[in-house]
Amino acid sequence: MNWLTNFVRPKIRALVSKRETPENLWEKCPSCGQMVFHRDLEANHRVCPQCDYHFRLSPRERLTQMFDDGRYERVEVPEVAADPLKFRDSKRYADRLKESRTKTDEHEAMVIAVGRLGGLETVMAAQDFGFMGGSMGLAVGEALIKAAEEAVSRHAPLVVIAAAGGARMQEGVLSLMQMPRSVIAVDDVREAGLPYISILTDPTTGGVTASYAMLGDISIAEPGALIGFAGPRVIENTIRESLPEGFQRAEYLLEHGMLDLVVHRRDLRTALTHLLALLTSAEAIRDVPPATDPLLALPSGAHLDGVA
Amino acid sequence: MEAFLDFEKPIAELENKIRELRHLADTGDADIGEEVARLEAKAGALLVDTYANLTPWQKTQVARHPNRPHFGDYVSRLIDGFTPLAGDRAYGDDPAIRGGLGRFRGRPVMVIGHERGNGTEGRIRHNFGMAQPEGYRKAARLMKLADRFGIAILTFVDTPGAYPGIGAEERGQSEAIARSIETCLSLSVPLLSVVIGEGGSGGAIALASGNRVMMLEHAIYSVISPEGCASILWRSAEHARQAAEALKLTARDLMGFGVIDTVIDEPVGGAHRSPPGAIDATGDAIEAAFMSLDNLDGGQLKSSRREKFLKMGRNGLYGGPNRA
Repeated sequence: MNWLTNFVRPKIRALVSKRETPENLWEKCPSCGQMVFHRDLEANHRVCPQCDYHFRLSPRERLTQMFDDGRYERVEVPEVAADPLKFRDSKRYADRLKESRTKTDEHEAMVIAVGRLGGLETVMAAQDFGFMGGSMGLAVGEALIKAAEEAVSRHAPLVVIAAAGGARMQEGVLSLMQMPRSVIAVDDVREAGLPYISILTDPTTGGVTASYAMLGDISIAEPGALIGFAGPRVIENTIRESLPEGFQRAEYLLEHGMLDLVVHRRDLRTALTHLLALLTSAEAIRDVPPATDPLLALPSGAHLDGVA
Repeated sequence: MEAFLDFEKPIAELENKIRELRHLADTGDADIGEEVARLEAKAGALLVDTYANLTPWQKTQVARHPNRPHFGDYVSRLIDGFTPLAGDRAYGDDPAIRGGLGRFRGRPVMVIGHERGNGTEGRIRHNFGMAQPEGYRKAARLMKLADRFGIAILTFVDTPGAYPGIGAEERGQSEAIARSIETCLSLSVPLLSVVIGEGGSGGAIALASGNRVMMLEHAIYSVISPEGCASILWRSAEHARQAAEALKLTARDLMGFGVIDTVIDEPVGGAHRSPPGAIDATGDAIEAAFMSLDNLDGGQLKSSRREKFLKMGRNGLYGGPNRA
């Protein structure tokens, strides 16, 4: 049938893993330095209540926030060749992979899931910045291809939530080849007449931005997310001048016409549900809760005004 | 006149000696012909030996050699009646990527490629082959134009990477590269790509998602420059030599991974020692590649190109059955 495994109860797992680490009761906001009580942070979608800084999310946290009732089924990603270059810098790549697997309890940097959004079946791929900076190697490329196949076979929209520094250097040119591969994947969804929505989160840079992340039928970013091709330090070192205020942040890209929307995390699910229902003219539209246009009701309307 | 690379020092010394001896011979002293011949043979053997055993870092230096033939050199020797076409129809024309129509051995082609420029002035004018979004948008525009008229496309890849600048980011460097890749993959005409020097990252793949991808023997093709990789993973650009080894960026390596289809042999001592020889060999490889695609219709060209990339990493690793 389908490649479904791991009928996870992510919410429960997330709660359990939190309780196992009592020293994590308070988290420091990397932006304003405020100590935030973990329950307040969870209640606020892991956005700092003080300064609106959007904490980086693991795929599990992300998928739980996005899908109806936080419920989804994982789609298994086919195994790829491990460490094809036998790469070694100060550390062996094989060891780095092992460490990331232990740290994140994930096999690779992209998690695929199927669930419902406002009742509409949707395939979602969430990238894990915590797994070697989310970097795209063979496994991430394969995950995107699998996600696209899943979307096409289910006749469901594809949503990809990008978070990555770029290509995975340790897989050399094979990582570079994931750029065309991922483009083929999202184009297959498009050619099947299905929507592909790209959600760019902090950070999305390098080969990831320059392939699937910038090709969404609709591109949405989280506030403050760093999005670009070259990293800010590389640019500074090349041009030897300081960068403009807010450069390569989501709002800056919106201003320059590179994104459709910048949406606060608390409104992301609503906005996505609404857009997908419209794009698929699905019957599911009846299941969308608010009767009024949810986008116009967004408290972060300032961002939307920017595009009006 | 000739620019020698550091590892070519012994060759340079021999050639200097030969020159001195010849000068002596000219000024009267006879009987050094034998000595000159002996030294020439020695220098020749040394050149063959050195170039047969280049390390990845040495190849990186050769790939970037200032006298190595560039886009313009290939076009003027291989393309008849080349007519340049400019502009992205949105913002500007980027001299780092050139393109135009012409004939390759009788066949109408759209030729597109990175131009690194010759001489200091030329290099600055073409921004060392580092393109802006306009360059990729022009490339995509020209590819679509060729597609409409059933004209085959030939791309020459030679870039350190896409330009990292404020304006480039503001005008959507990422989107421009992504669209260019997407355009390559959407075409119903043959797309051949040749990495003639440096295939630098996203800026290279933007033009190289082709039906056949070929590489010159001493060209390199990598996800990141050895210097960039070293400064991130070794925290110092001085480890570029090690990074070049680790990245497996030579034509032979890529052939083994199934990422490229053909390695084009260079003349002894590299393309920069004999540009016409290197360019003609490239022309022969291009002709053979075009002929291998002649029987495919538009749909097959597109689907086989996509299949080729989809297969990569699934079963294309470690010298699987590669096309030659």
